[in-house]
Amino acid sequence: MTYIHKIDSDRCKGCGLCVTICPKHVLEISEKVNTKGYFPAFQARPEDCIKCALCCSMCPDVAITITGAEDADQTQQAASTEDNDG
Amino acid sequence: MGKTFAKPEALSDQITHYCPGCTHGVIHRLVAEVIDELDIRGRTVGVAPVGCAVLMYNYFTFDFLESAHGRAPAQATGMKRVRPDLVVFTYQGDGDLASIGMSEIVHAANRGEKITTIFVNNAVYGMTGGQMAPTTMPNQRTTTSPFGRNVDEVGMPIKVSELLASLQTTAYIARQTVILPKHITRAKKAIKKAFQYQIDGRCFSFVEIVSTCPTNWGLTPVEAVKWAEEKMLPYYPLGEIKTPQ
Amino acid sequence: MGKVLMKGNEAIGEAAIRAGCLNYFAYPITPQSEVAEYLSRRLPEVGGVFLQGESEVAVSYMILGAAATGERVFTTSSSPGISLMSEGISYIAGMQIPAVFVNIMRGGPGLGGILPSQADYLQATKGIGHGDCRLLVMAPASVQEAAEMTMRAFPLAEKYLNPVMILGDGLIGQMMEPVEFPDDLKTEPSKKDEWATNGMDTRGSNRRNLIRSLYLDPEVLNQHNLELKAKYDRMQQEEIRYEAYNTDSDYEVLIVSYGTMSRVCRTAVDQLQEQGMAVGMLRPQTVYPFPEEAVGNAAAKKSCLAVASIEMSMGQMLEDVQRSVKGRQPVHWFGKCGGEVPTPEEVIEFVRSLTK
Repeated sequence: MTYIHKIDSDRCKGCGLCVTICPKHVLEISEKVNTKGYFPAFQARPEDCIKCALCCSMCPDVAITITGAEDADQTQQAASTEDNDG
Repeated sequence: MGKTFAKPEALSDQITHYCPGCTHGVIHRLVAEVIDELDIRGRTVGVAPVGCAVLMYNYFTFDFLESAHGRAPAQATGMKRVRPDLVVFTYQGDGDLASIGMSEIVHAANRGEKITTIFVNNAVYGMTGGQMAPTTMPNQRTTTSPFGRNVDEVGMPIKVSELLASLQTTAYIARQTVILPKHITRAKKAIKKAFQYQIDGRCFSFVEIVSTCPTNWGLTPVEAVKWAEEKMLPYYPLGEIKTPQ
Repeated sequence: MGKVLMKGNEAIGEAAIRAGCLNYFAYPITPQSEVAEYLSRRLPEVGGVFLQGESEVAVSYMILGAAATGERVFTTSSSPGISLMSEGISYIAGMQIPAVFVNIMRGGPGLGGILPSQADYLQATKGIGHGDCRLLVMAPASVQEAAEMTMRAFPLAEKYLNPVMILGDGLIGQMMEPVEFPDDLKTEPSKKDEWATNGMDTRGSNRRNLIRSLYLDPEVLNQHNLELKAKYDRMQQEEIRYEAYNTDSDYEVLIVSYGTMSRVCRTAVDQLQEQGMAVGMLRPQTVYPFPEEAVGNAAAKKSCLAVASIEMSMGQMLEDVQRSVKGRQPVHWFGKCGGEVPTPEEVIEFVRSLTK
């Protein structure tokens, strides 16, 4: 079962709560501003992510989701490109 | 290792108007998750407050009724009494519930209305720009206590959960917080228990949630979590303060 | 069921039940606490909901919450209590949900007195609460009329999705008179699923309902107010009710009076008639919408030399009468307050003074 961790950069308000509580320090605040004028969080070190969902739980804007493996193949391609330029 | 995480069905897709890092958003999600898990969305009606959460109905996907400032418990009472089969909850801030609406919440609790109240305590009036609230901490600066809350002048912050727990009528009263993930799971459990007591027709249920207000506290969201932890939690102890016997 | 001798307050309570309203929230206040006492016994008998709230403020919002589910609901209070309910009534009007409020008026202002008065006329008809909202207001002059108006208030509230008020006074509430509850005034509640927050399952729908009065966008709020105004304009067209008394032939003076005061005036008119002086009376049964045209036409009668607005207040209806008469005749006020009820003799003396 592989999981896809995804941050919706346009929902994120860059509050930074997820960045601080991530046990693996995966997340950082991006320099690229989103459509709302916030600097969203992004996965700086996606390979360290253990999919523990603490960030999802802490996020006040439901901007972070983790989807299960079944649809991992289709979204694999889209998710990874998005994370890189996040 | 890992788990999935998705937006609950009871929550809408709309991005909230809340400030970055405001934990209203977390509490909304918990309420929505509980409503999904208890499968009651079709018979639930929320009563929104006047305050930051006045627009909360935009963030949920079930029936909602706006309330006048402080009057949600009375509206919920009227609704529940004529339609006891509905699940009715109010969601209120500290100005709404503990200031102008104190009489309504005390009497709804004392009558043992079979409703649920989610009380968000962030120590200030958020929507109107950070004025002092009944739960503002001693010496806490707000836009109407610019020199810090002077308890000799305006008294001590009100511990609403303890106040309501002193009533003799059966009730479930708990205080939790959502400032850290470990707290969030406990807060969700309390909210679920509160709704369950209502569904069972057992008693009035009330969950106070210590919440942050980065903007009006003049802190970053992360600093606000620390401030709440260091300043508010010692004064507002967490846990189940009253449970039905 | 034939006529029953009943106290006005109790008749109002029974009338609501007979109309098909089984939900009542209230707070005690003289001179109308008997409604609550009566319904606290009666509603359980018919499977209804009775609850005494902690204040009139809270009660007005219990009414709002219950009405939001589409169930019929009403409350009764008296002057100071109605003042406390005014914010709630404004919300109910802004949210466009039906509810019925009964004001059994007492002397004011402030704590005032507990005897009958008509000193809440302006509050009821012009300024019940903040914002451009209006109440449809019916003013009974007898226990029978109070019962009938109460029964008709529920379908009217649903027709306009707006609060409706019965404007009585301590006398109407306290006196006993024979009353019957006409079967044809019992009505089925209108369909409400398109707006009520009664639970999606109840409607078998996945579309949720939202009831609010907050419109932060000024254009939307302006549009909302135009929608409300259209309803109030429609009330003007369709709901005006009044009774004309002794106006078929010529008369020298026209009395405009409503509720209890109009009964005293009726006696005065009869006695004046016997004494050879013709006096007409026009009794608004709805005080909002006010029977402006009827009053205007009645005052326009060639024989009519003066118009009198006779009321148990300091001339709160006077302006409506003056507006209707449009300056054709002078309009005079006569009345007493504080629970004093002018006698027929005092009315006769005043009316005669107008034609000297």
